[in-house]
Amino acid sequence: MIEWANAVLQGILLGGLYALFAAGLSLIFGVMRLVNIAHGDLIVLAAYLGLSTSVTLGVHPFVALLIVLPLMAAVGYALQRGLLNRTLGPDILPPLLVTFGLSVIIQNALLEGYTADPQKLSAGPLETASIPLGELSVGVMPLLTFGIAVAVIAGLQWIFYATGLGRGFRAVSDNQEIAQLMGLNKAHVFGLAMALALAVTAIAGILLGIRTSFDPSIGGGRLIFGFEAVIIGGLGSLWGTLAGGVILGVAQTVGAKIDPGWQLLAGHIAFLLVLAVRPNGLFPRVEH
Amino acid sequence: MPEAILSAKGLEAYYGDFQAIYGIDLEVPEGEVIAIIGANGAGKTTLLKSISGLLPNEAAHVVFKGRPIGDLRADQIARLGIALVPEGRQLFPSLSVEENLMLGGEVGRDGPWSLDAVYDLFPILRERRHQPSTSLSGGQQQMAAIGRALMANPELILFDEISLGLAPVVIKSIYEILPEVVGEGMTALIVEQDITKALSVSSRVYCLQEGRVSLSGRADEVTRDQITAAYFGAAA
Repeated sequence: MIEWANAVLQGILLGGLYALFAAGLSLIFGVMRLVNIAHGDLIVLAAYLGLSTSVTLGVHPFVALLIVLPLMAAVGYALQRGLLNRTLGPDILPPLLVTFGLSVIIQNALLEGYTADPQKLSAGPLETASIPLGELSVGVMPLLTFGIAVAVIAGLQWIFYATGLGRGFRAVSDNQEIAQLMGLNKAHVFGLAMALALAVTAIAGILLGIRTSFDPSIGGGRLIFGFEAVIIGGLGSLWGTLAGGVILGVAQTVGAKIDPGWQLLAGHIAFLLVLAVRPNGLFPRVEH
Repeated sequence: MPEAILSAKGLEAYYGDFQAIYGIDLEVPEGEVIAIIGANGAGKTTLLKSISGLLPNEAAHVVFKGRPIGDLRADQIARLGIALVPEGRQLFPSLSVEENLMLGGEVGRDGPWSLDAVYDLFPILRERRHQPSTSLSGGQQQMAAIGRALMANPELILFDEISLGLAPVVIKSIYEILPEVVGEGMTALIVEQDITKALSVSSRVYCLQEGRVSLSGRADEVTRDQITAAYFGAAA
């Protein structure tokens, strides 16, 4: 029994990481209806940038975040203004194709730059520290990851619903033409949205790199987890992505408890079940 | 006649390959209310879209305060001081009433209009400020759309079909506040299907027909027969 409780607990905490994968995807789709196929590879890119920074400067990965986060945000803004804005339009295919191409480019560039050897970010004693919780014991790192995920989503929620920037995001999402009449330059607003999304990606990438080893090929899997969390939670709902991430995480750890080979399968089955029962996800944004 | 704050010179506009207006010349004198009338498909909305930058034009086709603006983006034109109250209100459904108004003020232009000024003009909006904009009645949505445009403190305000889809009593009350709105030295361009209403508030009128100006003149000088001919074509 205690082992099952442990699996559920670990799954919930893992869900925080998945929610971080999902939050950027959800934000981008919500603001500009862009499905970013390269999102998983951008997470891996952030992990490698974290690796280079922490190794070169000899700092903790969390300190490296001080460099990686603004760097990824800048990459996001430049990517959006320079490339992705040109793909947006009535046709949904160009952004899919271009971000798919981007995914291939990032993977190969990482392969050239870092080889295919698995890498890991070292967070020192933090990685093995744990807190006893009754008969269970909770790793400090997973707990921290979950806490960061909650904080990030609360922060995004605040930006969206309590700041002028968020007002602009929602207005552009509602009606691009009318938003431009209000003096919002949609190209700039989209650039800011992508910058914000990749800032979240930077956090997700660093936490991923501390949790598991990574190599240039794992982006696709992270993209799938992110997508599943977004769809389970309901498109456009930020707190929904956290719920989606938790459901996916619990399904995976409980599945792995039944049979280690079932980890991924159980996650996908949970995703399909939610899709079958609630095609719009659990907390869809109210459609207008 | 006062100096024209906005003029269109040989304005042409296209939707892809389809040409919607053919060489429109138009002068909007500062501080006046100009009415644009015409049948459905005459090019009235296209004209407003061209002026506000939602449709791209050649730079020299639209001149605002002596500056060619035809090739600017809508957000750049908004910052110069042209605001549009779009057909069908088009409030942002994800935003509350107050957020819609605040977004109108996003251009950051100074002037008499603020949240308080708009709420004084439309007290019902103050009561409903925190409600979703979708919860407002049609007339209240029109008030919010007008308020949102005013928040930009524009020098020129464009109204597209302000009475379309509204109850007569609501239309009446909207027209009653119009002088208050344009009384602050603002220039207005009104697109309206209701010719009597249009003529009653404007000093000059332009009638469009199939993308061309078919009649223009002082609102108190044009005759019913002239308008009928210009509205439906010479054969009518």
